[in-house]
Amino acid sequence: MRSAARLAISLTAAVFGVASLAGCAPIEPWVKPYERENLADPIMAFDRYPVSTSYLDHVFESREGARGATGSAGGGCGCN
Amino acid sequence: MRQALRLPAALLALAATPLATAGVLPEDRADLLYHRYDGGGVVIDGPSLLVRKKIGEKFSVSANYYIDMVSSASIDVVTTASPYDEQRDQYSLAVDYLRGKSTYSVGYINSSESDYEANTIFASVSQDLFGDLTTISFSYKRGKNDVFRNLADQRDPDFAEEMDSRTYGIAVTQVLTRSMIGVFNFDTITDEGFLNSPYRSVRYVDPLSLEGTGFSFQAEQYPNTRTSNAGSLRLKYFLPYRASLDGWYRYYTDSWGIDAHTGEIKYTQPWRKFLIDGSVRYYTQEAADFYSDLFPRRDFANFLARDKELSTYTATTLGLGVSYDFTVARFPWMQKAQANFRYDHIIVDYEDFRDVRVSVAVPGTEPLYELTADVFQVFLSVFF
Repeated sequence: MRSAARLAISLTAAVFGVASLAGCAPIEPWVKPYERENLADPIMAFDRYPVSTSYLDHVFESREGARGATGSAGGGCGCN
Repeated sequence: MRQALRLPAALLALAATPLATAGVLPEDRADLLYHRYDGGGVVIDGPSLLVRKKIGEKFSVSANYYIDMVSSASIDVVTTASPYDEQRDQYSLAVDYLRGKSTYSVGYINSSESDYEANTIFASVSQDLFGDLTTISFSYKRGKNDVFRNLADQRDPDFAEEMDSRTYGIAVTQVLTRSMIGVFNFDTITDEGFLNSPYRSVRYVDPLSLEGTGFSFQAEQYPNTRTSNAGSLRLKYFLPYRASLDGWYRYYTDSWGIDAHTGEIKYTQPWRKFLIDGSVRYYTQEAADFYSDLFPRRDFANFLARDKELSTYTATTLGLGVSYDFTVARFPWMQKAQANFRYDHIIVDYEDFRDVRVSVAVPGTEPLYELTADVFQVFLSVFF
């Protein structure tokens, strides 16, 4: 538990550290807004069918030892 | 809660999903879905209804109602208990608030079944950075669960336990090139309380067993705490002829000794008004430290588990989805609609969980258990 908490704190600090650099030297976006045609295509959405994705994530989570880091989140249930 | 109710459950908390872009609220939509899982003697099916609607320009509200109807005669149930039917109902409500390049989300989820009550709250904040090339999200989730036990379809008045869960999450979404985007996720989850099942049993060698099988059963016993860490990376690439390729890898480890790897590749191909998705997912895990298919004797250790989901195994899932876009002229308020179908076939090969339904002379030499499952989803999505 303690090592997990330390890891979470370290990660948070690292992210804020990187974010703070934005104040020191503006980063020039290497992909301009008008260059995002491909990325804006619906087929590039991470979660085009949120209902289906959440359902499948739960199917896997309740059958597998592993959990988390899927990008979606569910509530508790007596499924274990 | 019972042994086999480990399947299709939540369809939920869509607002808890980290947004790819923090500065935009999700689309208004309604989804009506029917889901069905059929595998290993377990059938779980039911409907789900999700509605998401903007309120003004800064708020978006989503609500979900979901049902699992369970009919279970799984291998666990037929070897140590009796087949049963059960229903689980789940409600969730979430609100997103957009402020500049930040999105704040809060939500509540309630899951209720005859022997398990779960209440979960969650909150997250997402922020766009670096010319909107980067989105960082932090999330927190807290669950309080009440665990009960049913005996002959009645709640056992002498059994009531609790379990608390906390999840700390971070997600970084990054535009990498004009045609590629990636997302890194990391979640730490801590559980504390009653973590095993009040129904499940472990098996141990017993030469004097009444049935003459050479083994007997006793109640499983898990630690009261569990901490897990999971990190994943997803990359998505736009192919020049308008298709997309999606690769995902996750590493998982926890304080029970489980190590797991998950890999997935998805391919999406548009064709006229259809969108076709194909996917292959591979999962492998090492067993928990206190797992055994057959313990040498009764009360062999402080912690005992024979839950096959804590064993060593691999699982392969093949998926195919088809989506059809259409509009209805009679409903001008409807921007578009989608009819969707998805099928997944799951194959699980257990390496140290044996099929005790097969009688053998020497316990522990039964054939290894194998499971295949079919997962169907049919849903209609309406955007307005």
